[in-house]
Amino acid sequence: MASPSRTPTARARPLSPHLSVWKPGPAMIVSILHRITGDGMATVGTVVLVWWLAAISGGPASYAPFHYVFMALWGGAIGYLFGIGLTLSFFQHLATGIRHFFLDVGANYDLKGNRAGSIATMVFSVVATAAFWAYLTMVK
Amino acid sequence: MGNGTELGRVRGLGSAKEGTHHWWSQRLTAAANLFLMVWFFIAIARLPAYDYETVRAWLSSPWAAIPMLLLIASVFYHFRLGLQVLIEDYVHGAARVMWLLALNFFSVGSAAIAIFAILRVAFTVTGVPHG
Repeated sequence: MASPSRTPTARARPLSPHLSVWKPGPAMIVSILHRITGDGMATVGTVVLVWWLAAISGGPASYAPFHYVFMALWGGAIGYLFGIGLTLSFFQHLATGIRHFFLDVGANYDLKGNRAGSIATMVFSVVATAAFWAYLTMVK
Repeated sequence: MGNGTELGRVRGLGSAKEGTHHWWSQRLTAAANLFLMVWFFIAIARLPAYDYETVRAWLSSPWAAIPMLLLIASVFYHFRLGLQVLIEDYVHGAARVMWLLALNFFSVGSAAIAIFAILRVAFTVTGVPHG
């Protein structure tokens, strides 16, 4: 039964609530971070990884430009930028991915626990990234 | 809104005829990625240096080449599924088809390069002349 309010020309139907209507909180932030870090690694990380593997297989002459860009140019600044960025992305995506495994089985939906878990993923990614790069640059 | 036919409910594939395949594949590869990527980060951290000879010697070992091949398969499948969701969320209309095609070219093409590179290193005996 087509009533006037159901025709295509009727007023716009309400859309599902989106980012702008929610007050930002840890759960919202880590959800967004999960997407940004995942899609960042999927694009930037893939290019760097594939370039690295192809450069190794191509021999010394093809490895030289990769080594120059990431480890020699400007004191290796590009290497640090991409390396630390991708490491932070990896640990954040790993932590929020594990958070999703808990949510998938219906666990940790209570407000306090969910909030604490969300914050824990960010603490973990920063600490793990700092530890990883401290090991690379200082311990070795 | 109805719940579909009884046969449809048994099949559990829903209106998109996909069921939970996409979701489940993403979770399955996520679990594999957890192990493979942790291995990769430890392996990278444990390399004594990052010059050509060192990384080539590392990658030519089966202990590195085989996990790397598994990593490429699992991680690239995982990111293909993830980028698909990104495209489906933000690109609409005919452009979506183009982007999804580009996604397949990107993920399959980059995986092919990566796999070929790993195999070439693993199957090339250093010190012996080759093509």
